[in-house]
Amino acid sequence: MKASLRRIWGMIYRHVAIYRGSWPRMAEIAYWPTLNMLIWGFTARYFMHAQPGAGAAAGALIAGVLLWEITLRGQLGVTFTFLEEIWSRNLGHIFVSPLRPVEMVASLLVVSLIRTLIGLLPATIIAHLMYRYNILLLGPVLFLFFVNLMFMGWWIALGIVALLFRYGAGAEALAWTIAFGITPLACVFYPVTALPVWLQPVALALPAAHIFSGMRSALFQHGADWQNLAQAVALNIVWMLAAIAVFGGEFRRARIRGALISIGE
Amino acid sequence: MNAIIVEHLVKRYAHTLAVDDISFTLPRGGILGLLGGNGAGKTTTISMLLGLLVPTSGTVTMLGHDMARDRFAALERMNFSSPYIALPGRLSVAENLRVYGHLYNVPQLERRIGELVEQFNLGKFLHRPAGQLSAGQKTRVALAKALINKPELLLLDEPTASLDPDTGDYVRTVLEDYRHETNAAILLASHNMAEVERLCDTVLMMKAGKIVDRGRPDELITRYGREDLEQVFLDIARNREIAA
Repeated sequence: MKASLRRIWGMIYRHVAIYRGSWPRMAEIAYWPTLNMLIWGFTARYFMHAQPGAGAAAGALIAGVLLWEITLRGQLGVTFTFLEEIWSRNLGHIFVSPLRPVEMVASLLVVSLIRTLIGLLPATIIAHLMYRYNILLLGPVLFLFFVNLMFMGWWIALGIVALLFRYGAGAEALAWTIAFGITPLACVFYPVTALPVWLQPVALALPAAHIFSGMRSALFQHGADWQNLAQAVALNIVWMLAAIAVFGGEFRRARIRGALISIGE
Repeated sequence: MNAIIVEHLVKRYAHTLAVDDISFTLPRGGILGLLGGNGAGKTTTISMLLGLLVPTSGTVTMLGHDMARDRFAALERMNFSSPYIALPGRLSVAENLRVYGHLYNVPQLERRIGELVEQFNLGKFLHRPAGQLSAGQKTRVALAKALINKPELLLLDEPTASLDPDTGDYVRTVLEDYRHETNAAILLASHNMAEVERLCDTVLMMKAGKIVDRGRPDELITRYGREDLEQVFLDIARNREIAA
């Protein structure tokens, strides 16, 4: 157990050391969440001026931007950290070390969590200082939203890493696009009923649609919607198990095809 | 006791037979040279020995552990170095050694790093990013990484490729000393025949995925009636008959 934790720490240290020595990389982590908050924050403020009484909707807009960033940053945190190993041509050394695949995944998740917290901090402060919106006022349910959205980012990321095992660095673009592509179905800014009827089951299969429905309940009705949260948890468990199965299967196939040796080519 | 036991190892891709039923052993304390031209199957063989690649059939036993079922127990006691696999270039030399020290669960890590810094004379560039080092410096760092866990079995893929003669000689001396001090086994893939003659107790000659000849370097030279191993290599590569 101690050796296992030490190997996980070794991988976390490897990535923390990169960020510690590079302010552009640190800035990059916070850049997009901050930019999104500025754009949507000004939009929300404009709505409030144009239509007095739209304060709650403006609050939902800002909360939605902040919470959806958890999933996006969580996913990018895992896939970027894995891609860093491909770019530095270091995977050969890692896969012949005693590091188990599960330990590698654990280190990717921890680095992703650190990146997400660092990335969201400036956006949260901007929301509070510039738009007078304090996300912490959502109360303890905010923690449940955070955990569920982070999990969603992680299972998407594990699926993308599995695709990297299968298709090599050629699948790199997926790391940037998949979670952004899911955004319309996440129902961040509108209820699921705003989607065409045929698309609603697809959205409801994603934990995000239930979490943002729960967020709107917490904001407009001042209470947590436990049913939505329970559905989000159940969906996250199912998707995570599926992602782990796909990841494990692609890793095994990569060892058979020799893809671990040529993944960066 | 053998450090490596390979039995009837085969690797077949869709339309290619990369390794064709090879068997060999490497005793503890021995140095085995794996020779062959490009595409002979050396890299595929080493990848299977390291557990990076799953064989189509056959077995690999490293330090008493079956690599199909128990590869991590063996990997903890082995290490590997290749000029074709980089260390993270943005991390300093010290950070790189620390990362791999943790991965191999090295006890008293800072003390071990200090020993390696002294042994490989890394002090002057210990805090410089690994990507900014010269080829010779990178080789010394890669060797320090390869020895960080005091491996009982060391696999080296062309350890002196693209090095000047002085640095190449330095690397060979380090390997000789390490074997002498620890009784570690070393498997070496190389295109440098003088290096193989100097270091290896036994040589395997590979061609088209098969082991086409094997023996001590001096034995092979005598058998082929040649003056050195390079001429033997050329004879095998060009399908020339044994002269003797």
